[in-house]
Amino acid sequence: MGTAAVVGVGHTQFGQRSDMTLAELAWHAIKEALQDAGITQRDVDYVVTSNVGGWSSEPLPAILVNEYSGLGDVGVMRVEAACASGSAAIRAAYNAVASREAEIALAVGVEKMTESPTLQAVELLGRAGNFFWEFEQFGLTFPAYYALYATAYINQYGAKEEDLAAVAVKNHFYGSLNSLAHFQKKISIEDVMSSRYIAWPLKLYDCSPITDGAAAVVIASEDMARKLTDTPVWIRGIGVASDTSNLSRRQNFLGLASTVKAADEAYRKAGIDKTEAVRRLDLAEVHDCFTIAEILAYEDLGFVGRGEGYALAREGETYKGGLIPVNLDGGLKAKGHPIGATGVSMAVEAVKQLRQQNAKARQADIKNGYALTHNVGGTGHYAYVTIYSLNRPTQS
Amino acid sequence: MESKEKIEKMVADWLKMVEELMKESGLPIVPDPKTSDPVWVDVRELRLRYLIPVKRIRKFFEGLAEGKLYVTKCPAKNIYYFPPQADCPACMDENIVWDEISGNGKLLTYTVVNVKPYSFAHHSNYVIAIARMSEGFNILSWMSVDDLSKIHVGMDVKLVVKRREPEGFFTYYLEPA
Repeated sequence: MGTAAVVGVGHTQFGQRSDMTLAELAWHAIKEALQDAGITQRDVDYVVTSNVGGWSSEPLPAILVNEYSGLGDVGVMRVEAACASGSAAIRAAYNAVASREAEIALAVGVEKMTESPTLQAVELLGRAGNFFWEFEQFGLTFPAYYALYATAYINQYGAKEEDLAAVAVKNHFYGSLNSLAHFQKKISIEDVMSSRYIAWPLKLYDCSPITDGAAAVVIASEDMARKLTDTPVWIRGIGVASDTSNLSRRQNFLGLASTVKAADEAYRKAGIDKTEAVRRLDLAEVHDCFTIAEILAYEDLGFVGRGEGYALAREGETYKGGLIPVNLDGGLKAKGHPIGATGVSMAVEAVKQLRQQNAKARQADIKNGYALTHNVGGTGHYAYVTIYSLNRPTQS
Repeated sequence: MESKEKIEKMVADWLKMVEELMKESGLPIVPDPKTSDPVWVDVRELRLRYLIPVKRIRKFFEGLAEGKLYVTKCPAKNIYYFPPQADCPACMDENIVWDEISGNGKLLTYTVVNVKPYSFAHHSNYVIAIARMSEGFNILSWMSVDDLSKIHVGMDVKLVVKRREPEGFFTYYLEPA
């Protein structure tokens, strides 16, 4: 396999985007990514579009986006790995370039969740597990899936609901500094604790919102990347794994096994010792669809040991300046979670952080030049961990 | 959470407003209720109801109707399958056997669903639980309990078959043992 780097990124405003269609929204992210890379549509050899859909009207979004964006007759497909679809798109685009099938590939993530009423979105999200044995008979909701993990975790390790709330407070703090975030208001522990229960023990402010948005990244081969930019951001390792469709077929509810496996693979490919991850990484973007998910991620990604994740949140160690800065863009929690766009949005943020292009208050100190993104589909059903770096791989 | 009837009335009222506006303007374009952006209201409603094959695990449902709970088991690999399945991907065979479930287990985790999907909006808040059965496999279902403070992780639970009302189909519930 050859090497590949991100050379262009684009990201729309996240929020309720009733001002734009799916194709319009995607195009705005694509346009920015092409301009950032200094290329035109003609330079793109392959496109992968991430969109989960169901709540939006267009059933064939990938080809619609290609047409609207003037991408011509280039090859394209839509990928789906639930909330990890965006990272799946990046992996497919990366593989096209690294295998030398393409010189330049484009990964696009787009979701229009508010084309349906909130009730329908909740209904469809609840079906995003095992439909027949979980939803049809027992009415699971997306928060309920993660609440099952939260209950087990709290019971096992003695974490408090306030510790989960600390994750929401941090991510809303960084959301307040991110002009592209859905929510740009700071909140307090009391705000979280006094919000209503959605799926006990998770409350409204423990949950990411229903959001529209798009993001795009341009991935280029080494030769092409060197021609296009002085600061290519290399994709150093992608780990991918999965877990059972039925939650009941899992051994425990204290962590996501798929994340552990994906992380191990990504660290190995990037040459990072998992036990030293917090010292090697300048920042991490983790999948905080719910506050408990971020705490599980701290442990599954090896930032701390089992049962220690909640203390990291409680002590503020994942703010800038702490043990490892996590979700300096506000995360899914405050930036928003437009399902198919989320993984691509994480990549955009990782690249901008490594290039030091963010407002100072939420710009991580870049010392080693490594950033990690962690993108989970469903309740650990799919997991992608990707490591980006300013440092080129030493061997291909 | 609003009741199903209330939600249905809200939707019907809103669609009526759309219709009125359309009569005037000749276009199904209305302001978005939250942002006021002009949006085209889809005039082709899509209704979905799936037909799900159960032929190969029919015994499970026949058992429910008799008040019994079955799990499938691969005798070659000694693996239990719950939810039941007719194929064993471990031995590549479909030579599974049907075992009656003991019904005794321990609670692994649970949640109370406060905000329900629309298709469950007619139910009051329900407890979803996962228990490990004495055979070693887990079951996810609703847990019937009169007092939420009586539920705790690790407690003994038992499985029972009951009708889910008002839908009227037989299904399984966990209960304190």
